[in-house]
Amino acid sequence: MRERDDDLSQCVEECEIAVTVNGNRHEHTVPVRLLLSDFLRHELHLTGTHVGCEQGVCGCCTVLFNGEAVRACLMFAVQADGMAITTIEGMAGVNSELHPIQQAFREKHGLQCGFCTPGIIMSVHAMLHEHPDPTEEEIRHELSGNLCRCTGYQNIVEAVKLAAERLRLQHMEVE
Amino acid sequence: MATRWFGAPVQRLEDPRLLRGRGNYVDDIDLPEMLHAAVLRSTQARARIVSIDASAAWSLPGVHLVLTAQDLGEVLEPSPLLVPHAALTQPRTQLPLARDTVRYVGEAVALVVADDRYIAEDALDLIDVEYESFPVVHSLEVASITDGPLVHDDVPGNVAAHLAQTVGDPDSVFASAPHVLHETLLIDRGAAMPMECRGIVARWDAQDSMLTCWISTQGPLPIRNGLAAIFHLPEHKVRVVAPDVGGGFGTKIMMFYPEEVLIPFVAMQLGRPVKWIEDRREHFISANQERSQLHEVEYAFDDAGILLAVRDTFLHDTGAYAPYGIIVPIITACTLPGPYRLRHYSSEFTVLYTNKVPVSPYRGAGRPQAVFVMERIMDRIASELHLDRLEVRARNFISPGEFPWDVGLVYQDGGPTKYDSGDYLAGLDKLKVLLDYDTFPALQAQARSEGRYLGIGVGAYVEGTGIGPYEGALVRVESDGRVFVSTGVTTQGQAHITTFAQIVADQLGIAPDDVMVSTGDTQAFNWGVGTYASRAATVAGSAIHIAAVKVREKAKMVAADLFEAAPEDIELADGKVFVRDAPHRALTLGQVAISSNPLRYAYGENARTLMSMKLAGPRPGPALPEERGGPGLEASGFYSPPHGSFASGIHGAIIEVDPVTCNVTFVKYAAVHDCGRVINPMVVEGQVHGGVAQGIGGAFFERLVYDEEGQIINASFMDYLLPTAAEVPSLLVDHVETPSPLNPLGVKGAGEAGVIPVPALFASAIDNALAPFGIRIREMPLHPSRLYELLRDAKDKPAL
Repeated sequence: MRERDDDLSQCVEECEIAVTVNGNRHEHTVPVRLLLSDFLRHELHLTGTHVGCEQGVCGCCTVLFNGEAVRACLMFAVQADGMAITTIEGMAGVNSELHPIQQAFREKHGLQCGFCTPGIIMSVHAMLHEHPDPTEEEIRHELSGNLCRCTGYQNIVEAVKLAAERLRLQHMEVE
Repeated sequence: MATRWFGAPVQRLEDPRLLRGRGNYVDDIDLPEMLHAAVLRSTQARARIVSIDASAAWSLPGVHLVLTAQDLGEVLEPSPLLVPHAALTQPRTQLPLARDTVRYVGEAVALVVADDRYIAEDALDLIDVEYESFPVVHSLEVASITDGPLVHDDVPGNVAAHLAQTVGDPDSVFASAPHVLHETLLIDRGAAMPMECRGIVARWDAQDSMLTCWISTQGPLPIRNGLAAIFHLPEHKVRVVAPDVGGGFGTKIMMFYPEEVLIPFVAMQLGRPVKWIEDRREHFISANQERSQLHEVEYAFDDAGILLAVRDTFLHDTGAYAPYGIIVPIITACTLPGPYRLRHYSSEFTVLYTNKVPVSPYRGAGRPQAVFVMERIMDRIASELHLDRLEVRARNFISPGEFPWDVGLVYQDGGPTKYDSGDYLAGLDKLKVLLDYDTFPALQAQARSEGRYLGIGVGAYVEGTGIGPYEGALVRVESDGRVFVSTGVTTQGQAHITTFAQIVADQLGIAPDDVMVSTGDTQAFNWGVGTYASRAATVAGSAIHIAAVKVREKAKMVAADLFEAAPEDIELADGKVFVRDAPHRALTLGQVAISSNPLRYAYGENARTLMSMKLAGPRPGPALPEERGGPGLEASGFYSPPHGSFASGIHGAIIEVDPVTCNVTFVKYAAVHDCGRVINPMVVEGQVHGGVAQGIGGAFFERLVYDEEGQIINASFMDYLLPTAAEVPSLLVDHVETPSPLNPLGVKGAGEAGVIPVPALFASAIDNALAPFGIRIREMPLHPSRLYELLRDAKDKPAL
């Protein structure tokens, strides 16, 4: 027991990290055990990333990590060193227009209490990047990594369909 | 009036903020110098605390305070009993920290305050508690053993309450009835599981003697009143705010959860803000739960399938304490008759303490259990008499001409269980259409010939909603013409900000966008109770309507003076106030607000234009005429319903059961719902969708499993499965609208409805699907492994 304590005392307790979040570079010294979710929320004050279970099940803390949807509660802040993260705050500015996914959620009543919403929008963002034209079954399958206790998912599914359609149209216009 | 907002699917005003991740939930609040708390919870379900050694925790760097029961002084008081009742002879509520005995795994034993949550949790590990454990009351069966273990040493037989109510003369009816049957039906524990756990931030401002608490709660006003009493502060020196709340579903209408006393207490002691955020594991073992009941029901019916009498006796598990008294079982007893013309009914229940998390209402609040019982009866009658299940229900429905219908029981609010309006047959007819009911037998036969097991199930219910005592609201037009509305009820996702704005917009001739609604801030509105019992739209909505009408009438009086016209000739539309025949010469609502405050100075564009208009000067006499009822374009309104209003509905589903894996999938789900007049159909349908999803969870996935030591063995989202998008079907929803005659809006509650009939229809559909096996479902929730056991033990087994 004592030996193990001694080993622990030699561990690094803090680390310097540099993370790009929503396009802004942040350099911080963080405890090595600090969760990425807590770093985003309490160090960077990006409180749109929510924490619902701290076990990687509910998906409320989903962020984009180099473009891929990950659970910020299952990662340490130090693992984000040198990486690029997008949170819900990176989807639309305070006064700028809502992102088409956000707009579709509003129009289809895809949120109620709003707690799971940021995580779901980040998951949907990653999903539609991978599969721009998903079937309802694919949408439901992809969404099954995010829990929502209010909506019964029906309007979320409808919102994803609408967002996918609009994003495809937008994409075609750009091309 | 240009537009009518009431009844329109107005997009939610709360969404742009929430969609941007700019909501303000309790854990988003970050105050300078804030410290963080963590709670040590009992690991034992029934034990004596022999000793607590916190010295190692105290000496951990970064720890500011370690608190046990003995440090609480006069704050060590049991929580108030929220709803006393004469039948509740042994009320017991919880202490903020356990003193010498713990009664459930998860009960708060000590509190640590530290620089951050990580250190606070480290310190919890350093607190050494020695327990002397005793045999655990881990089920209703154990609770009812004669001379068995006791949750509270001074409560014989663990009996908290016993209540019997009788309508008519069931005994004579049973004696002469053509058919009498009996069922034993069990409903097990589940929990609300809002996505946001509980949380509190408390700040004590010593200079101003002001305590401010942000709490993820459904009832900030009662908590404010309670905290003021506990800390000997005047009520205006305690502000409790429910900011954005990430779901509540009943579990957050509580007073007090221990932390709601402890966190303000330590913030005052330390003179620094303190935050406590419940984690999911804590939520599983310390946030209130519900549902567990064991029913023995006997029922009599005639050859035509008419239900003649019901005798229901049930045990209700209240957990280790009874903060809500016997509200849940009373609701069960009163909900059981449902939409049926039942004239002879006796209900008797016993409330038992167990060594489990305390029970308080969770969305549905005793109703899913009652509907499960009654709808099992209806299905059984149909099956005994070889009648169609919907036909049996239709024959027993109360007809539209029979309202108001007095069930004959005393409801949870102490008033009569008196249905105000309804048209149950209209709902059933709509359900048949949505389900394509008449073609189902052919579909089922076809599937069976292919070795597939389809089943159809239905569940009908009546839901008491919108109970008193009262709610209130303030409506005030500001000088820029926007309208501020504040009320004591809170919102946890039900879109109150939007629906309340719709109510006001119609009265004042403005758009909902121009209405700013504040809910759940005790400094913004001083009176009210909270959001529960599907009552916010009914009770607070009516109060808001009443206040808005007063403001409209006041605007007319003020404008009439300025225009030298009669108040009845003044109109309000598109943000303007004008004489009916002269709309070109209009005041803005903001200008009327400025004129309602007879000062000699005012600012802003509205005031400047007002000065330039050639309007009548003040009348002789007092600057503020008596009939205006005070300065400003504002008014308060209160609404107190005579008794609850009764919403209703009928749901049906077609399911497919895989007899090998015992998985159940929904082929179709239809819900017909009557919540009186609908303020916002988009919102109401959203409430139904969400309720049904919770109902599906409660029927198939969500069972809290306590072992014999009283440990919940599935206390995580990995083991207690909430339904996901892959399991919940899309619903077909239709409405019946029978306005409530009890309130000025004609509305009834909609919040809980969706969840109520789901276990009943799930059982009904499984019975139907597995009829070849002779399966009859008598318990809920029914997860696949339990269904597997039932199939394994089934007498009839067709070849699979």
